[in-house]
Amino acid sequence: MATFSSTITVRPPKADQGGGGSVRPPVRGGGGDGGRNDGFPDYGRRLRRARLGLLVATAPIMMLFVSLTSAYIVRQGLPTLDERTNTYVRDWIPVNLPLALLLMNTGLLLVSSITAELARRQITRQAALAPVSSIPGVSLGENKSFPWLGITVVLGTGFLVGQWMAWRELQDRGFYLATSASSSFVYLLTAAHGLHLAGGILVLLYAAIVSLLQKPVEARRIVVDVTAWYWHFMFLLWLYIFGLLWFAR
Amino acid sequence: MATTASIHAHAAPQGFIRKYVFSLDHKVIGLQYIFLALTAVFVGMFLSLLMRIHMIWPTAVLPLVGEIKPETYLQLLTMHGTIMVFFVLTTAPQGGFGNYFLPIQIGAPDMAFPVLNMLSFWTTFVAFVVMLAAFFVTGGAPLHGWTGYAPLSALTNSGPGEQLGADLWITSIAIFCIASLMGALNFITTTLDMRAKGMTMMRMPLTVWAWFITAILGLLAFGVLLSAGILLLLDRNLGTSFYVPLVVVNGQVMGHKGGSPLLWQHLFWFFGHPEVYIAILPGMGVASQLLSTFARKPIFGYKAMVYAIMAIGFLGFMVWGHHMFMSGMSPYSAFAFSIMTMAIGVPSAIKTFNWLGTLLHARIRFQTPMLYAIGFVSLFVSGGLSGPFLAQPVLDIPLHDTAFVVGHFHLIMGVAAIFGMFAGMYYWFPKMFGRMMNERWGRVHFVLTLIGTYCIFMPMHYLGMAAQPRRYSQFTEVAYLQHLMPLNRFITYAAILTISAQFIFVINLLWSMFKGPKASDNPWEATTLEWTTATPPPHDNFGGVTPVVYHGPYEYSVPGAPRDYIMQTDPAGVTAH
Repeated sequence: MATFSSTITVRPPKADQGGGGSVRPPVRGGGGDGGRNDGFPDYGRRLRRARLGLLVATAPIMMLFVSLTSAYIVRQGLPTLDERTNTYVRDWIPVNLPLALLLMNTGLLLVSSITAELARRQITRQAALAPVSSIPGVSLGENKSFPWLGITVVLGTGFLVGQWMAWRELQDRGFYLATSASSSFVYLLTAAHGLHLAGGILVLLYAAIVSLLQKPVEARRIVVDVTAWYWHFMFLLWLYIFGLLWFAR
Repeated sequence: MATTASIHAHAAPQGFIRKYVFSLDHKVIGLQYIFLALTAVFVGMFLSLLMRIHMIWPTAVLPLVGEIKPETYLQLLTMHGTIMVFFVLTTAPQGGFGNYFLPIQIGAPDMAFPVLNMLSFWTTFVAFVVMLAAFFVTGGAPLHGWTGYAPLSALTNSGPGEQLGADLWITSIAIFCIASLMGALNFITTTLDMRAKGMTMMRMPLTVWAWFITAILGLLAFGVLLSAGILLLLDRNLGTSFYVPLVVVNGQVMGHKGGSPLLWQHLFWFFGHPEVYIAILPGMGVASQLLSTFARKPIFGYKAMVYAIMAIGFLGFMVWGHHMFMSGMSPYSAFAFSIMTMAIGVPSAIKTFNWLGTLLHARIRFQTPMLYAIGFVSLFVSGGLSGPFLAQPVLDIPLHDTAFVVGHFHLIMGVAAIFGMFAGMYYWFPKMFGRMMNERWGRVHFVLTLIGTYCIFMPMHYLGMAAQPRRYSQFTEVAYLQHLMPLNRFITYAAILTISAQFIFVINLLWSMFKGPKASDNPWEATTLEWTTATPPPHDNFGGVTPVVYHGPYEYSVPGAPRDYIMQTDPAGVTAH
């Protein structure tokens, strides 16, 4: 059982340096698929592949925010000509961020990240027990199906609503998109993060809908597992963005 | 054995739409990319023809565009560059050939994420349609060049075509970025996770290595272009000031202040330079593959080739500033960028010498794919050698805005990459369509294209040194350029000849697709996995079996072997090796 702090476990394919005559052992799927060679989809292997895909997909997302960060820092230091005094001044106005609201949103996202993790563990357990529970006469006792997935979706949506309220708050304080480059970046970074999180919510909704259909729990597990990891990534990304906006005002 | 069928998530499709339009099969998607690029390359070529004709007959009334005004010329220039770089050089070598052959060459039944693969193609298609739409809106296509320098690109009233046309241009680029990211994600996951038993990283064909590294470059570069494009759209439409300083256009003070046009240049070229390698690395992979196959020799220095691809990819991210020597950057930065740029000459030279080493003392089979592979090496050297010149600020500053640069990058990034595609097309055509292309017309096409492209782009170096500026539309009235007009006319004639020669290729392609002689499973006697399967390959590539690999990709003329080549799947005991 993975602990909360563990990273995505992706077994890198063995690279046989040199390419001599040695032959790799047969490639087996991930956990829980031993002996299943009878036409069932190899879920362990598909899960591993989906996690690897997610890991690769974090690279361009990070590059997107890294490039926005570098633009942020460069733009912050630029001088601009003040036509009245004919001198160069900095036009960067530190944004008066609604700190309390943003901290509350951060807390909301943290809790949603925890519930996403609980949903992930819940479905991992269900997937592991699925072959046993399908045997007639075998009872696994009380089926604990607390709706962690639904709670995550609600909390995630709550975060987005909170971010929207923060935007309204900013506008009340006089900071619109084009007010200053600093406020442009606040809107841009939060919107970019919000869009990515909204994508995660859509995938979780998809997983919830799939659970109503008669899809195998293993297939649903892949969706939930990858989205939960993505969700943690989104939480860390938000911490980074919040930190940047606050400490590099 | 059964795992192949089970991992292969989708069954063979039925019906025309699922089979040929919204197909999940990487082979169909690869062909879709190739035909998209083929369409795009003819659009781009037509635009370049209009430009060349305008340069020597400036008052001529041309089809579709009428008389070319200076702004029309810039619009043609912009769209030619954009279409060629994005929808040809990025689309065909990676999306086309890579999609078709990467999974087969590593022994996989399909890409890791087939649905994502389909989305990637159709997103690219939408981007192309949006790009072409820019021609037909009010004001026409944008005129800010394929590099889209701000503030020209960031203001909606900076010229004709900079209204809706430029918005469509940026939108198209942004869509293209997303498509490329999806493609790159698929390529990397497939290469890491779906190799057949025995296909270690160091047994992968150099084509696979090239596509893999190219995908990594795309993965890191396109996200940056995407964010740059978003900032540009905000500047244009929502009044932000990322790129636009306090600026007066036609006596009217614009609302922006404090932005920096250089910020766009940095972000753009951080993508733009790796993009050069995204275009050329797959060509290098194909050249390595073909030189070894047709020279019937192992590739000289396989490991060195792999590490050279990695080094080129890595250094490609360190050198974007050499596009900006003219921007007034600190001489110390320029020095650093200059040194890093010239350092790329080292892995490039390793590759070139290894190609030549492969050809040394070989019994070369001069078939059409091989001719194109040799042509690639020739063009890579001719175009590459002017690189270290331009890498030095002291030479770049006088040469930067002249035809010298046009000659340089067309030879190396344009024509060399196109030769890689031609080589790949002639080489893999039998596998893709089950028939051979016509050999004689292939050779005629090669000779005309090689001579033609050299005649077009070599003289441009001289024009540049004689200070003929680039991006200007009209030279006939300029006194100091009068003595260059014969050379300009020569280039235009060569361009007309070369473009005409491309119809030989298209006719050969279409004719051979239906009427060419039937191809065997392995017509070139090559070793890699795509030649072990049927022609054309079945839906899951290997007909329900999983190939097992025992050999490296280039075991030609191995002493003691029964044939002069050992397939990668031949049993391990074929030789002592």
